Amino acid sequence: MTVRTEPRRTALRPAPGAPPGRTPARAAARRVAARIVHYLLLLGMLVVLIGPFAWQLSTSLKGTAESVFSYPPDLWPDDPTLANYAKAAQTVPVWRYGLNSLIVALGSALTNCLFGAMAGYALARMRFRGRKVVFAAFLATMIIPFEVIMVSVFLTSRSLGLVDTLLGVLLPTAVTGLSVLLLRNGFRALPVEVEEAAMLDGAGEWQRFWRVALPSVRGTLTVVAIFSFVFSWDDFLWPLIVLSSPRNYTLTVGIQYLSGTFTADQRVIAAGTMIAVLPLLALFFALQRFFFRGVGEGAVKG
Amino acid sequence: MIGRNPAIPWLFAAPALLVALVFSLGPFANTIVLAFTDASTLGGGAFNGLDNFARIAEDERFWNAIGNTALYVAVCVPAMVTLPLLLALLVRKKVFGIGFFRAVFYSPVVASMVVVGLIWSWLLSDDGLVNAALRGLRLIEEPLPFLTDADLLLLSAIGVTVWKGLGYYMVVYLAALANVPRELHEAAQVDGAGPVRRFWSVTVPAIRPTMVLVGTLAAVAAAKVFAEIYVLSNGTAGPGGEAASVVYHIREVGLGLGGEAGYASAMSLVLFAVTLGFSLLLTRLNRREERL
Repeated sequence: MTVRTEPRRTALRPAPGAPPGRTPARAAARRVAARIVHYLLLLGMLVVLIGPFAWQLSTSLKGTAESVFSYPPDLWPDDPTLANYAKAAQTVPVWRYGLNSLIVALGSALTNCLFGAMAGYALARMRFRGRKVVFAAFLATMIIPFEVIMVSVFLTSRSLGLVDTLLGVLLPTAVTGLSVLLLRNGFRALPVEVEEAAMLDGAGEWQRFWRVALPSVRGTLTVVAIFSFVFSWDDFLWPLIVLSSPRNYTLTVGIQYLSGTFTADQRVIAAGTMIAVLPLLALFFALQRFFFRGVGEGAVKG
Repeated sequence: MIGRNPAIPWLFAAPALLVALVFSLGPFANTIVLAFTDASTLGGGAFNGLDNFARIAEDERFWNAIGNTALYVAVCVPAMVTLPLLLALLVRKKVFGIGFFRAVFYSPVVASMVVVGLIWSWLLSDDGLVNAALRGLRLIEEPLPFLTDADLLLLSAIGVTVWKGLGYYMVVYLAALANVPRELHEAAQVDGAGPVRRFWSVTVPAIRPTMVLVGTLAAVAAAKVFAEIYVLSNGTAGPGGEAASVVYHIREVGLGLGGEAGYASAMSLVLFAVTLGFSLLLTRLNRREERL
């Protein structure tokens, strides 16, 4: 036993310095085996991470005649139907929720880009008394978690008459410290000469900002826009707090309302969640290039 | 560079500054003030010194929430520091189709926690796929109450948090792994170090600051947990609210029926102290790292 396993052991664990595998053929076989194991692991993780979405999609497409509880699970619906989507839309105004989410998310992307860029430009390119204080103020907003101040933000929103409005959902994150910081860094990375040339031509501050500087930070703007959009679309806690009448709900609050209040039919709930997540996944796969750039470039350090 | 009119920079910064003041710094100052009053959410209130903090000390529900949140942090941090690193190692090499795998692994991050929570409530329900599979494999006779037992609910929520966060920290680790100097690996290889040895002796020391960052981000995020527990328990935080987190409890006290803004603000300050503590720990650890 020991004698027979001995050579195999040395083959698995070559002596330090020795090249893995004795012959080129064996080395090649090992590489192929390693590649196969690698792909098997990737596929395993694929199932773990996308499987739940697939199962939800499958559930949402199954008709009432088909059991969703069967085991072993049947991923492919026997008779795919969109009836559950119609039923979700009959139960709660799911398209209206989608529109509400879209308004808030697009609005947030726009305000974060515009106001974030204006403040970022002032911090990066203008000298004025109090600049350091302004910068510190934006940094401070980044270390105050929303969860800590949510009660007071609600009180403020109520005194401003913003409760139960989409504007109320949007405003607290209309310009985040992170957006200002990212855009400030974007402007600082630009060569100053271009803008100085524009200044000599007699362009005002606003024109310099709008015509020269802003188009040059398009990459950063894309990242800020995507992050703001996705954050607003996915946000749950604040819309849950500030919205009180069901017709004003955003999708996240709306589908929780659908599942919590109206129905125990998993097919309908699944349809609701798919309406909330599919547009976003489509957007993500279309723009994933920018996404990874943004995540990799220090956006996470907020 | 010379501003012609000193008001111009302020005009540029005004909208963002206004939002920061009205919706972040102002409410933060207000939270500090309210923490020392008996204000109700409807209005009014008078200073009551440290009464709120004395009440916190004896508030069993708050300490239960602190315990749940501490468990959340204690499990999430090691899981988030290690598992996404393994995932990053798996997708680091640019093999055929790796872009697809990376994007797919990231997709749970993009989805809302509500969507993810509802998907998992279906999977973990009594007649959901997980229980069906466990029964099919004859591992259990009765379905496990993943969502209706307070402890199991908490563990399920932690699992969902980790599942959703894997892709996010994977990308953070990918960026860090890309910065590990190639020469170090080559030198170690020449010295006869195998892949495992190289991982421990070259990769881990090089990415340790990133591991500290990931640990801190995960700790702060776990300390603020809310949506997972809310959605998985359908807004109840388990039987009798036993699985409530700190944020869940603050929301219930401060914004529920008969909201007590003052008392909730005091609890919010405790939460702030915790998250700030984690952040300060990060800067300290990083500074020590630089000195080494």
